[in-house]
Amino acid sequence: MSRIEKAFEKEKAFIAFVTGGDPDIETTEALIPQMAAAGADLIEIGIPFSDPIAEGIVIQEADVRALRAGATTDKLFDMVRRVRQKTDVPIVFMTYVNPVYTYGTERFAQRCAECGVDGMIVPDVPFEEREEVSGACAAAGIELISMIAPTSRERIDRIARQARGFLYCVSSLGVTGVRNQITTNIRPMIRQVKAVSDIPCAIGFGIATPGQAQEMASCADGAIVGSAIVKLIARYGRDCAGPVCDYVREMKAAVMSATA
Amino acid sequence: MKMEGNKGRYGSYGGQYIPETLMPAVQELEEAYERCKNDAQFQQELKELLENYAGRPSLLYYAEKMTRDLGGAKIYLKREDLNHTGSHKINNVLGQVLLAKKMGKTRVIAETGAGQHGVATATAAALMGMECEVFMGKEDTDRQALNCYRMELLGAKVHPVTSGTMTLKDAVNETMREWAARMDDTLYVLGSVMGPHPFPMIVRDFQKVIGKEIKEQLLAAEGKLPDAVIACVGGGSNAMGAFYEFIPDTSVRLIGCEAAGLGVDNPKNAATVTNGSVGIFHGMKSLFCQDEYGQIAPVYSISAGLDYPGIGPEHANLAETGRAQYVPVTDDEAVGAFEYLSRTEGIIPAIESAHAVAYAKKLAPSMGKEQIIVVNISGRGDKDVAAIARYRGVEIFD
Repeated sequence: MSRIEKAFEKEKAFIAFVTGGDPDIETTEALIPQMAAAGADLIEIGIPFSDPIAEGIVIQEADVRALRAGATTDKLFDMVRRVRQKTDVPIVFMTYVNPVYTYGTERFAQRCAECGVDGMIVPDVPFEEREEVSGACAAAGIELISMIAPTSRERIDRIARQARGFLYCVSSLGVTGVRNQITTNIRPMIRQVKAVSDIPCAIGFGIATPGQAQEMASCADGAIVGSAIVKLIARYGRDCAGPVCDYVREMKAAVMSATA
Repeated sequence: MKMEGNKGRYGSYGGQYIPETLMPAVQELEEAYERCKNDAQFQQELKELLENYAGRPSLLYYAEKMTRDLGGAKIYLKREDLNHTGSHKINNVLGQVLLAKKMGKTRVIAETGAGQHGVATATAAALMGMECEVFMGKEDTDRQALNCYRMELLGAKVHPVTSGTMTLKDAVNETMREWAARMDDTLYVLGSVMGPHPFPMIVRDFQKVIGKEIKEQLLAAEGKLPDAVIACVGGGSNAMGAFYEFIPDTSVRLIGCEAAGLGVDNPKNAATVTNGSVGIFHGMKSLFCQDEYGQIAPVYSISAGLDYPGIGPEHANLAETGRAQYVPVTDDEAVGAFEYLSRTEGIIPAIESAHAVAYAKKLAPSMGKEQIIVVNISGRGDKDVAAIARYRGVEIFD
């Protein structure tokens, strides 16, 4: 069983996102095992990109901070390799396709496998273009995580059937970022997935409060939180570990209290 | 399993690299376009708009003084600057906004660099009774203040974009984000032959009227094809419009002029074919100015309309196959050509189009007097007068 599958094996999963290298590599490196210890079941590391078109302002700004501080794809690979000696938590890269393509897609996937990255999420590679990266991922033995969105409708069946690892279910239209309310009716989306596949479903985009996390986890297998964590990192900088881990504990408890 | 993807490919370039949220929106657009393309009524309505509103066909003007002055090939200017709203952009937006209307959309959004596409979109939206919002880099709202106000006069809302380099690429990012948030009633009217399929195809189809007219008009005037067609290239819509008709006519040289800013060896340039490499960005596989890790480079040109780090995928393919050639033109050369055409022919070209004029000035003397160059004057230069004055050290406030 892969590390990603294990994350969903026993209970509902809490998935934490951080932008790699924000505010610097050392902070991210220290934070990952601590978030895992605080209850994060899977960690997404965002490779900062100059033009993150699916991100709201919070993660856009984190990308700017990380790039200014000198984060690069190679430095993040090296960081994960070091982190892997301290924790077994599943790690996936969240990256736009251009950093992967220019690195050399095969080489990128191979490096993921060598350094202990379990999978990748590439938000600007939809189902129709997945062959751009899927072959390299399969060859390297890492998972390419698929996404569905509120607009996917009849596309969901096809996407779910091919999904590996877990299915990233986008809760809302628009970009990443904290929302006061998630208005999409998510239950039918998840039901549609489950009718054709037993892939674990994790819901992301807009989740910030324990109440939202509990609600989302009640209709799926996990909840993904990015911007709310990145906001804490923006606020506390290098001293973010305490506040972030407190938050992770609270959110994990909320996710676990969710009943189906 | 056969991939349903790989749509909209030009050689290995193109594709649909966008978030899942937007896929149904581009597919809806593609289906609507395929319906309208073959619909006689749609084509008739568009023809009426182009002829009675935009003022097509645009003139093909024999630049006799310029020809004499340069002492080589005969130079014709395709006068897209004479279109309503002052540039070729109107050709595409009349098509796309009409398409939006047929799709039942009530709101259009657009990115703009120099403001020409924004103004054209705002104009078409006013005409067809659509809501319109335009995203424009903060740097460009500053250097093209007049066009901003013009859009507002036309009833559009202009959003200055303060992320990233605050220029055209960031305006595209923000328009894509907005579209992903609201697509039920909204169509993204993209201004160039770029982005995810079907945009490069749709924009090219709406712009190919330029090359068609050039061919007809030149055959009428000279009884033959041109030896070269020259156009400026940012994303590449006016160039693709001018080139497309001539792609099968291999005797016609197709030359795209890229913005070299302060020079191709200076980091401050936007010469994508000269300096770029293959990447995947803004929905397409194409050529981009980027670093070794695929971070998109902050590019620069005096021309806001050419200040873009990529190029449309069909151009990338024409460059790769050698069917078209792409040459860098610096700010200095473009400003020189801007002034030259103003004084020589009494035509003030857009600073974008001046890049094409600059290369024609270099090329014409090396060609025979029986040969013909057509230069696409993609827009008029009124919008640039204040910036050119500043470039020459004269402060005027527009």
